[in-house]
Amino acid sequence: MAMPATLSHTPLHDRHVELGARMVPFAGWEMPVQYSGVIPEHRAVRADAGVFDVSHMGELEVEGPHARELLQGALSNDLDRLSPGEAQYTLLTNGDGGIVDDLIAYRLAEHSYLLVVNAANRASAYAWLKEREIPGSDVRDGSDDCALLAVQGPKAVKRLGLPSAAPFTFAETSLDGVEVMVNRTGYTGEDGCELLCMSEDAVRLWDAVLERGVVPCGLGARDTLRLEVCYPLHGNDIGPKTDAVSAGLGWACYLDKEFEGVDVLRRIKAEGPERRLVAFVMEDKAIPRPGMPIEGGGEVTSGSHSPMLGSGIGMGYVPAPQARAGTELTIDVRGRPRRARVVKKPIYKREG
Amino acid sequence: MAPAESYPDDLKYHEEHDWARVEGEEAVLGITWFAADALGELVHFEPPEVGSTVTKGQSYGEVESVKAVSDLIAPLSGEVVEVNQQVVDAPETVNEDAYGNGWLIRIRVGEPGEAASLLDAAAYRQLLESQ
Repeated sequence: MAMPATLSHTPLHDRHVELGARMVPFAGWEMPVQYSGVIPEHRAVRADAGVFDVSHMGELEVEGPHARELLQGALSNDLDRLSPGEAQYTLLTNGDGGIVDDLIAYRLAEHSYLLVVNAANRASAYAWLKEREIPGSDVRDGSDDCALLAVQGPKAVKRLGLPSAAPFTFAETSLDGVEVMVNRTGYTGEDGCELLCMSEDAVRLWDAVLERGVVPCGLGARDTLRLEVCYPLHGNDIGPKTDAVSAGLGWACYLDKEFEGVDVLRRIKAEGPERRLVAFVMEDKAIPRPGMPIEGGGEVTSGSHSPMLGSGIGMGYVPAPQARAGTELTIDVRGRPRRARVVKKPIYKREG
Repeated sequence: MAPAESYPDDLKYHEEHDWARVEGEEAVLGITWFAADALGELVHFEPPEVGSTVTKGQSYGEVESVKAVSDLIAPLSGEVVEVNQQVVDAPETVNEDAYGNGWLIRIRVGEPGEAASLLDAAAYRQLLESQ
């Protein structure tokens, strides 16, 4: 398959090709979907440690004495809970309570924040904040200057020789001679970190991480890992037309402050959502896929095979009465009715 | 590790990357190494029912990897007499042994003349090279 010439490359593109990765277009980037295979890579992250090149993600810097004011009015979570060195999951919302993007906000210093946004939303999130800039706040897209490696798995931190640290904290350090910001965040449900470095250091950092026995993993495993732990994917499970309460992300919305769409979210919370994003496991042999209808008016938004459960799993919106754990769902799998059961999130949880 | 690329000489090939091994009045059907490699590790096989009819050039079932679904195109017409339960239970068998334990269904051949229109291994290899 020929790739359009306009796809962007991360600083690690040549490394991926050398390693024999299967490259695919994703959100305007040519990215590795797998190296050895989705399932072995998935298992490596659950059992040991894997590394993902996520340099396609966007890094927006917001600075100035009124940076907090700008962000507190645009983001759903309570930014005031962050001290410098701490991070939180939060949502950029629109006036309808919809989700422009979901992201991690890092408080770098008293008046300085870093937002790590989805690759597909980098331009829209930047434009959204830039339009809302107020005197004393400055929004800058620093994405092209940085590379981001997610090192995930129960042995990730140990393999990198890093001290243990609380989730959603970060620190600057040197890893095998490369200056990195080590963020205790991730998208796999495992312990681990995300390493932010300058683009020109990306290859050295990647090589150092692999040298420490971490398995290179592609976007295929990233998707099955996040789905097993029910982390939503923007563009699939959440988006500008879905609200946080229905998506089960009310915990990331501080409704006692004013931000865009908060009135809508307060109303939905008070009245109860008409539909909810649920997780389900297939009872019949079948693999659910996004867009498949769920009997009763629902729809699958994410679906795949769970390497840990060995069965089809997914998430989707269903009318609220069908959202209770244990409810049987019938999914239309290309014309064949297949049974699934609603389960509590996350679908997969590490034993012990 | 997955086995090396191969296209046995005793099989007939359909351009949609399916193979048939004709055994008297019956034939065994499967997908080629190329198809299995392109899909990646298979995680689901949706077989036809025993007793149903398959038609040359048309879909008789599906296989899925984590990322993709693929129709199974019948290289020959006939009636399904057996489904490989080993592949239903462990679809990755196809990746491990596409022409042996990874066969998919056995049919009673309906139109014996159809086999002549299929590709031999050399012609199928040529097709892959031209793609």
